[in-house]
Amino acid sequence: MAQDNTATLKTADGTLLKLSLERSLRRRKRNALLLVAPLFLFILITFLLPIFDMLIRSVDNKITAEILPTTVPLLAKWDARSGKLPDELVFKAFITDAQIASKAKTINRLGKRLNYEKSGTSSLFRKTGRKLKKFKANKLTGTYQEALLKIDKKWGKIATWQMIQRESGRYTSSYFLSAIDMKKGIDGAEWKDEDSQIYINLFKRTLWLSFLITLLTILLGYPIAYLLASLKTKTSNLLMILVLLPFWTSLLVRTSSWIALLQKEGIINDVLVSIGIISDNARLSMIHNQTGTIIAMTHILLPFMILPLFSVMKTIDPSYIRAARSMGATSFTAFRRIYFPNTVAGIGAGGILVFILSIGYYITPALVGGTQGTLISNFIAYHISESLNWGLAASLGTLLLLLVLALYILYDKIVGIDNMKLG
Amino acid sequence: MKTFIKYSLASAILAASISSAQAETELVVVSWGGAYTKSQQKAYSNPFMKNNPGIKIVNDDSSNEAASKLRAQAEAGKVTWDVVDVLPDTAIALCDEGLAIEINPEKDLAKGTDGSSAKDDFGDALISPCFIPEIVYSTTIGYRTDKVGKTPPSTIADVFDLKKYPGKRALNKNPIGNLEWALIADGVATADVYKVLKTEEGIKRAFKKLDTIKKEVIWWTKGAQPGQLLADGEVVMASAYNGRLFSAIVENKQPVGMMWDAQLFELDGYIIPKNAPHLKEAMAYVKFATDTKRQADQAKFISYGPARKSSSKLVGKHAELGIDMAPHMPTAPANSKNVLYKDINFWADHKDELSEKFEAWLAKG
Repeated sequence: MAQDNTATLKTADGTLLKLSLERSLRRRKRNALLLVAPLFLFILITFLLPIFDMLIRSVDNKITAEILPTTVPLLAKWDARSGKLPDELVFKAFITDAQIASKAKTINRLGKRLNYEKSGTSSLFRKTGRKLKKFKANKLTGTYQEALLKIDKKWGKIATWQMIQRESGRYTSSYFLSAIDMKKGIDGAEWKDEDSQIYINLFKRTLWLSFLITLLTILLGYPIAYLLASLKTKTSNLLMILVLLPFWTSLLVRTSSWIALLQKEGIINDVLVSIGIISDNARLSMIHNQTGTIIAMTHILLPFMILPLFSVMKTIDPSYIRAARSMGATSFTAFRRIYFPNTVAGIGAGGILVFILSIGYYITPALVGGTQGTLISNFIAYHISESLNWGLAASLGTLLLLLVLALYILYDKIVGIDNMKLG
Repeated sequence: MKTFIKYSLASAILAASISSAQAETELVVVSWGGAYTKSQQKAYSNPFMKNNPGIKIVNDDSSNEAASKLRAQAEAGKVTWDVVDVLPDTAIALCDEGLAIEINPEKDLAKGTDGSSAKDDFGDALISPCFIPEIVYSTTIGYRTDKVGKTPPSTIADVFDLKKYPGKRALNKNPIGNLEWALIADGVATADVYKVLKTEEGIKRAFKKLDTIKKEVIWWTKGAQPGQLLADGEVVMASAYNGRLFSAIVENKQPVGMMWDAQLFELDGYIIPKNAPHLKEAMAYVKFATDTKRQADQAKFISYGPARKSSSKLVGKHAELGIDMAPHMPTAPANSKNVLYKDINFWADHKDELSEKFEAWLAKG
């Protein structure tokens, strides 16, 4: 009955009340959407799209078919296992394609791309492109194959053509394979030589160091946060400044000060030598190695642990502990059973913050890490700005992103993301 | 009200005329920063601006990431750089990708003052059609004079000799140079280094030699680091760019000595990006900056040698210290008894592969 009533109720201007309510709700929703639209668009354009673009780069391989448009379909028909070179048609198509590409100055881009698969391809393409500029088909005396072989003997190797055939698809998995120390062989993926394997170890090291740094920040940050939360506001505010001051100092300044403190001829070693704990020729090496990375990063990330812990501890009513003590609990039991469980949310929040920040850290490890203390992000930076292998950088980045997401899900399963509290 | 309009009109016209008088072309020149950029400003940019009042030169210290930034600019369709100072391998890479324009040395570069054509004057330095050579420099070994005893190191093999010279060494965190030095220290003749390095056994041999000092090496990544490490006494020897060692020894009077044996000799120069906003001015600038006089002038401010043969004879004294610069050049006869010329083409092909091997070797601990 009641439902029927509302269905027939009308507003002053005669429209149905239900309809009119729906309309106003829709208007409000639209307004809300319009309000968030600028931020949403901003994030979409400056954050999501670039990430998506980077992810695409990790598999993108349209370059081969673009630069060798007629060769690629012909080469696809060639049986790579036949033990014979591709037939004359392929050579003819290749020379035609390469000549056009050499005039358009695009052939070396393909050379650079294929050099990731096999060293030496870059100069092979550069040389071929340069020589083909003068090549004229109507003055050809022998076969196209002979003409190309005269430029470089490498064109007579089956492996060269196998590589071009393998890397002629629209997408490639070779960047991802490189990112996990594998390469493509004739029978699918295989491990790289042991002396070229880097990335799996780096991923492991990055995870282990991030975990260790998170653990250290918890151990160091917990008592400080407790002190801050339990002192009188006046004193705790003063102490809080001590926590925040380094937080506000430039990252580079903090990292460089660690170098000054920890190096062989640095302050700590000098003090230890002068009070006779260590001898002058047995100075400790605490920087340019993993120790340096751990110390500097723990210090730099400490505020990210203290602040969430502090704000959670601030909300714990002191009467809980008093109640526990009055019922006969020792101070340790009261801490273990009452206080600590209440702070888990803060540990979770701080832990995830520190862990995710340290997994992607790169300036500090680059400066103080030496060879044993660099992380995966240092290699992403290296491939972006030095080796210019953006495909590999993108696939390393994608793997790192997936790893963080997987850990996040794991965390949600074990601790529960709802349990996280920033204050 | 009328007077107000009159005044504002008058001031608007005045403002417009001032701004039109100031309308200058801003030429963006990208280089390495620090003492090097300063030497370029003093030797090239300031006289160039004096000759061309309409042009203002803006410096950008991005040469370290020149290739990646230029690539990003080209992909975004808006190139903002006019002239970029780069190493030859970067120049080759940018040329290969069509991101730098090709020049014609005879037409676009100045003739030598001794009458030689630009092509002859630069000679072998013209390693790529896009590359405009500017200076030669080398990576050499510096050592603490107070920590090497009475006989300072004199050959590259001494760097690998932990018995004779115990202590830490700082080397560039890069396969380039280190692999070559390892082979030379292992007995390969300087001229054959790249032939050996092209073989698998050669690479293994180089790494094996590096293994012998691995524990005692601090790896540097920025040009300023080795000088600092030497000054702090963190290391007894360090590989460093010769200009940096010059400033540590001569300008800052550090207890540092320098050894030229097997110096890794390399060029540095300009490229002009494709679609550079001020192509005409950029061409004029590089022509001016690489003429015989300007090239010789730069050596007054930094101990890097001119890439032109005709400039070498004109190298004079340091602008502030008044010392003769010629003996501090990598090309000075006393310094160039055993020179390792970096093989650009070898590294263009093998850098990716060998960097991978090098990093894996480093990570093995």
